[in-house]
Amino acid sequence: MPTASDIVLEAAGIEKSFPGVRALDGVALRVRAGRLVALLGENGAGKSTLMNILSGVYPPDAGTIRLDGREVRFANPREAQALGIGIVHQELNLVRYLSVAENIFLGREPLTVTGLIDYRKLHADTAAVLKRLDLAVAPGTLVADLRVGQQQVVEIARAVSAEARVLILDEPTSSLSAHEVEVLFGVIAELKSRGVAIIYITHKFEELARVCDDVTIMRDGRVVGEALLTELTRDAIVRQMAGREAKEVFQKSPAVLGSEILRADEITLPGEGAGRPFLVEKVSLSLRRGEVLGVFGLVGAGRTELLETLFGLHPERSTGRVSVNGQAVNFTSPRDAIAAGLALAPEDRKRDGLVLPMSVAANASLASLDRTLRGGLVSESREAAYITPYIERFRVKTPSLHQLIVNLSGGNQQKVILAKWLATSPKILLLDEPTRGIDVNAKREIYAFIDELARAGLGLVVVSSELPEILALSDRVMVLCEGRKTAEFSRADATPERVLHAALPDLAAIVS
Amino acid sequence: MSASKSAAFFARFRSLLALALMVLALCLLSDRFLTPDNGWNILRQISVNLCLSIGMTLVILSGGIDLSVGAILALSGAIAAGLLKHGIALPAFDVLLQFTTAGAIVAGLFVGAGLGWCNGVAITRFQLPPFVATLGMFSIARGLTMLWTGGFPITGLGSSFGEIGTGTFLSVPMPVWIMSVLVAIFVLVTRRLRFGRHLYAVGGNERAARLTGLHVNRIKIAVYTLAGALAGVAGLIVTSRLDSAQPNAGLGYELDSIAAVVIGGTSLSGGRGSVTGTVLGCLIIGVLNNGLFLLNVSPFWQQVIKGVVILLAVAIDKMNARGRDS
Repeated sequence: MPTASDIVLEAAGIEKSFPGVRALDGVALRVRAGRLVALLGENGAGKSTLMNILSGVYPPDAGTIRLDGREVRFANPREAQALGIGIVHQELNLVRYLSVAENIFLGREPLTVTGLIDYRKLHADTAAVLKRLDLAVAPGTLVADLRVGQQQVVEIARAVSAEARVLILDEPTSSLSAHEVEVLFGVIAELKSRGVAIIYITHKFEELARVCDDVTIMRDGRVVGEALLTELTRDAIVRQMAGREAKEVFQKSPAVLGSEILRADEITLPGEGAGRPFLVEKVSLSLRRGEVLGVFGLVGAGRTELLETLFGLHPERSTGRVSVNGQAVNFTSPRDAIAAGLALAPEDRKRDGLVLPMSVAANASLASLDRTLRGGLVSESREAAYITPYIERFRVKTPSLHQLIVNLSGGNQQKVILAKWLATSPKILLLDEPTRGIDVNAKREIYAFIDELARAGLGLVVVSSELPEILALSDRVMVLCEGRKTAEFSRADATPERVLHAALPDLAAIVS
Repeated sequence: MSASKSAAFFARFRSLLALALMVLALCLLSDRFLTPDNGWNILRQISVNLCLSIGMTLVILSGGIDLSVGAILALSGAIAAGLLKHGIALPAFDVLLQFTTAGAIVAGLFVGAGLGWCNGVAITRFQLPPFVATLGMFSIARGLTMLWTGGFPITGLGSSFGEIGTGTFLSVPMPVWIMSVLVAIFVLVTRRLRFGRHLYAVGGNERAARLTGLHVNRIKIAVYTLAGALAGVAGLIVTSRLDSAQPNAGLGYELDSIAAVVIGGTSLSGGRGSVTGTVLGCLIIGVLNNGLFLLNVSPFWQQVIKGVVILLAVAIDKMNARGRDS
């Protein structure tokens, strides 16, 4: 059992409120040298707020932070950094048009005697960090030219290179490939052996056994459980996170398949600029009413691009034939696709899905505003009447329809997006990573909705990089790898090994 | 009251409070301030800026900026004045087209709307940043005004045209009528029309708006066209009031209107703000200018003070936003 003297960072009685929300309510957290504490909890439990306070993004309303037993206060992230607290945020914080090296050492660039940036040393140091993280890119590469997964690795490299004594990782693996995850776990093990204390936020239980020593569970702005990982079962964790008995396995209802509702032949999307010549290459698919087609692939497999092309976002560059309900269509914009009964819930909710300065009601009615007009004018009462059944159907937790969407948790934001599209009475729903960054319970709710919508006769295409999710939801599984379709399995044939096998680039090359 | 509504309410309330305090102070400092004549005076003086600022509000709500409205004002006014005074010769048909007052007014408005439409097309179809597109239009319209007028004022436009800027209806000055009707229309447009809601969505998150199937490009083109047309209205008022089209009319007006929009609490990053806020912004600037004039403060100091007010208004907004966001 670790002793009190190992404690590097200790937070006690941390409180933080935002207008209308009590985000943290007397939180205590201890982090020990050479150990990794996993911070678990639903979205909205306060994990990210706590990390933002520990890394100096904002000050707590009350409470103390002690580093090596001495009380500290951070006026800004830079002060926290100077005291050895590094953080990798959930969202990428890179300057796209600076190089990898410039990003990693941003704010701590090595200087020559004349005060200019010492690029030789900068690039040498960068190369050393990149080697540690097994990222094969030149230090001078622009961040904008990297894949999202690679950018995430650069973000990690920045924190690692700062030689932090406390390292906070907020869902670092959400966009990493399997290999990149392995490398990260290796680096974590190495950092632990050198006495670095690590706080690790994740929603992926399978990662815990690999890296975690201690577990702290948060709910509603409080710590509700602290234990060694070995003392906990998965059920116990889920129970504590949810605060109620949670049914573990999602039960999919048997599919009742109708006629073919969507067909796509040889969809091709050439790449832009450098990089792979094709983002999507001759991918064909067929979808029937009442069916859930799972699309699995690693980051960069062309999953998002395939959905975007189907949705009419790349009319100039893409080729291929699409038909809806047996009729050939040619979408020149998302508008056409929506008119034909398609809907797309994008992967990056904040960037592509939500209008953040708007209210819940305005976001939910945006795609179906025509149906809420009275005498040609927007009527708030009619809008509320029209949208409320959808908001209730998806059990969106919001104090009112006028609440700004930005104040909702990720899971509830996603439900608003689903409500928005369902209000257009779509026939085909394209869901891109529908549960990304969403807590276990909201995830289970979303799964149930997907199931329910399929039973109601919609055709659904669900893209995900989480294998268990794909296997649980899909009637059929299609696997993409580097823009090409490498396999398709019926539900019965889709084993984790087979699907993963088809998704890995090197193996797929041998198979095809 | 919900979070978003109360936040908006307090933003509005702050501007109102600032305005009320200014009025109160001026009542105490000057016995010439609180008179009916001075009241009409202020309203008449802000009418031109308010016309421009309504358009600017739409543009800024959509996430853009329009630097060309002052120049469009000058060209619209000059074209209307020129057509009214001299008509236009069409040598190919060997005719000289003469314009009535109404015809000249319509022509002026068309010029404004047309140049605004060009802005919109440059920004959407040709993907130019609004700053650059409207900067280009600023220069083009200024140049065209000089070419059209030869650098000299066009004067003597007749009494019926003069009604726009100097006439009254039910003892209310015409410019005040025009401004009030426009405010009413555009409050309705932004609050209750589908176009208004879409406008906020485009400014709040253009990518999401596109993915939701909104006509993003059409909305933007409409916004710049309206801004141009409203600059045309302002041009007619200015020209009519002076009974002459000045080649340098409206110089720097785009900055005044941006100031009014910003003081009115509309966010330069788009998607947040209101036309009523802009009305308050214009009133604040108008009362400030008028008050400083009555107090015999030098015009040079007036500029400095106006600058300080802009900075204060935005700084207060930012401080509030910091508490609200994240």
